Amino acid sequence: MQGFVATYKRELRGYFNSPIAYIFIVVFLLLASWLFFRGFFLYGQADLRPLFSLLPWMFLFFVPAVSMRLWAEERKLGTAELLLTFPVSDGQVILGKFAAGLSLIVLTVLLEFPLLILTANLGDVDPGPVIGGLLGSIFLGGAYLAIGLFLSSVTDNQIVAFILAVVVSFALFIVGESLVLVTAPQWIAPLLHDLGLGAHFESMGRGVIDSRDVVYYLSVIVFFLYLNRLSLSQRRWA
Amino acid sequence: MIQVDNLVKRYGDTVAVDRVSFNVSRGEVLGFLGPNGAGKTTTMRMLTTYIPADEGRATVAGFDIRRQPLDVCRKIGYLPENAPLYEDMGTVDYLFYVAEMRSIPADQVRGRVARVVEVCGLGPALSKKIGQLSKGFRQRVGLAQAMIHEPDILILDEPTSGLDPNQIIEIRSLIREIGKEKTIILSTHILPEVSATCGRVIIIADGRLVGSGTPEELAVRARGGVGVTAVLRGEGGEIEGGLRGLELIRNIEFTGRAGEGLRYRILARDGANPVRLAEAVSGLAALRGWPLSELRPEGATLEDVFRELTTREEG
Repeated sequence: MQGFVATYKRELRGYFNSPIAYIFIVVFLLLASWLFFRGFFLYGQADLRPLFSLLPWMFLFFVPAVSMRLWAEERKLGTAELLLTFPVSDGQVILGKFAAGLSLIVLTVLLEFPLLILTANLGDVDPGPVIGGLLGSIFLGGAYLAIGLFLSSVTDNQIVAFILAVVVSFALFIVGESLVLVTAPQWIAPLLHDLGLGAHFESMGRGVIDSRDVVYYLSVIVFFLYLNRLSLSQRRWA
Repeated sequence: MIQVDNLVKRYGDTVAVDRVSFNVSRGEVLGFLGPNGAGKTTTMRMLTTYIPADEGRATVAGFDIRRQPLDVCRKIGYLPENAPLYEDMGTVDYLFYVAEMRSIPADQVRGRVARVVEVCGLGPALSKKIGQLSKGFRQRVGLAQAMIHEPDILILDEPTSGLDPNQIIEIRSLIREIGKEKTIILSTHILPEVSATCGRVIIIADGRLVGSGTPEELAVRARGGVGVTAVLRGEGGEIEGGLRGLELIRNIEFTGRAGEGLRYRILARDGANPVRLAEAVSGLAALRGWPLSELRPEGATLEDVFRELTTREEG
C-alpha cells in the first residue's frame, strides 16, 4: 500500500509542480463554460446537454495530455530504473499513477459544479441526467486514461504517447458511433455499438446508470492497466 | 552476499552479457571494470532486477533475482548511471518520497533522512530543487537515496562519471567510508578509480568476464605490456644494439626523432619491473656516453590490461 500512496502523491504533485494541471483545468473549464453559455445566451436555455454530448470529444484530446507523461517521461529521464527497483510491485506503481491522473480528471469535472448550480437555480433541472453525466464523464475519463497510461509505457517520447493515445481512444470511441455502424455489416453492428466507448456514455448521460455500462468501463480500465503491467514486465527499454 | 552464476542477456542477436559468473563476499568492495558497452550496466541491471536475465541465476543476500525480486530490491541500494532523479522535486521531498517507497516506518523517516543528508554532505542542497543541483550534488542525492534504508549491499553504476576532479575525490572517499561497513559493487572505466576504492576487481569485455583479482595483481599482469620511453643522443644502430643487450628487454621500437635525440619505446619482459628497466637503461647510457634527455617508465593503463587479457585468451 505504501508504494501506491507514495506514487500517487508524487504523481499528483508532479501535475501541480508543472503547468500541466493548471493548463488542463483552465482550458477545459473555458471550453465547457463556452459550450454552456453559448446555449444560455443564444437560445435562452440553461441546458447541460450540449456540454455532455461534446465531452467525449473534449476528453479525446484532454485525457491523453494528462496520461502522456506518466511513463514516457520516466523512461526519457531514466527515473523508471529507480522506480522499478524499489521494493514495490509494478501493480502498485501503475495504480498509483492511474489514481493520480484520475484525481486530476475528477477535480476538473467537479469544477463544473458552479455551472450546475447556476442551471439548477435558473431552470427546472432533472437531477438524473446531471448525475449520470458526471459519473459517465469520470468513467469515460478513466477508460481514456487507462488507454493513455498503457500507451505512454511503449515509448519514451511524450508526443508519440499523446498521438497514440488519441488514435487508439478515437478508434475505440468511433466504432460504436452511427457513422461507422451504418456502413458496418448487419451482423456485426450491434457488437460494435456495445464495444464503442461513446454509446455507454450516452446512456449514462440520459440518467440511466446501468450496471452493464459500469462493468463495460471497468473492464476497459482493467484490460488496459493489465496491458500496462505486461509492457512493464517485458522491460525491453534498456 | 552475491552469487552470480552464468548470467546471460541477449538483445536480438547481440549477446550483451555472456555467461558471467562471480561472487562477492560480505564487506567487500568490488570494482567492475570495462570499456563502455562491455556489459557492466546490463549486469548490474539484472542484479537489481530491473531487467530479467535470459539464462543463468544469481542470488543477492540469499534471495533469487528471478523468484524473489522484491526481497532482492529491499536488500539493495542502487544508484543507476547518471543518477536519474525527479528534477521537479525538492531534495528533501525526494528523500521523503524514497523513504516512503521503501516502507521505512514513519517514526524513523526523519532520523534516516537526517543521517543520509549528513553522511552525503547534502546540507547546501536541501532547499533546492533537484533540477537546479550541480552534477556532483545530484550524484550525492543519488547516493543518499541508495542508502536511506540502510541496505547491506550498494550497487553503484559509474558513480564518478561526469564529475570534476575535486568532486571525484570527494565521492571516492565517501565510497571508501561507506565501504567499511557495506558490500559494494561499483562500475567504472577508469583504472586509478579501482585502485583508489576497490579491494577486488573483475574485468568485463564484450560481455565476457576476462579477468579478476586485486588491483595489485592486475597491475602486475599488465606489466608485460609496459616499459619505458627513452630519448637518447647517439648513433641509431649502436644504441639499438646496446639496448637489445639488456636482460630485462622484450622488444624495442624506434618511435621517431626528438630534437637531436632518438626516441625509443622499450618494452619490458613479462613480469619485469619497469623501474628496474629504467635504471638499466640509464646505467647503459652513462656507460656508453649517450646523453639521456628523457626517461619515463610507463604505468599500466586500462588499455594495457585489456590488450594483455584479450591476447592471452586468444593465444
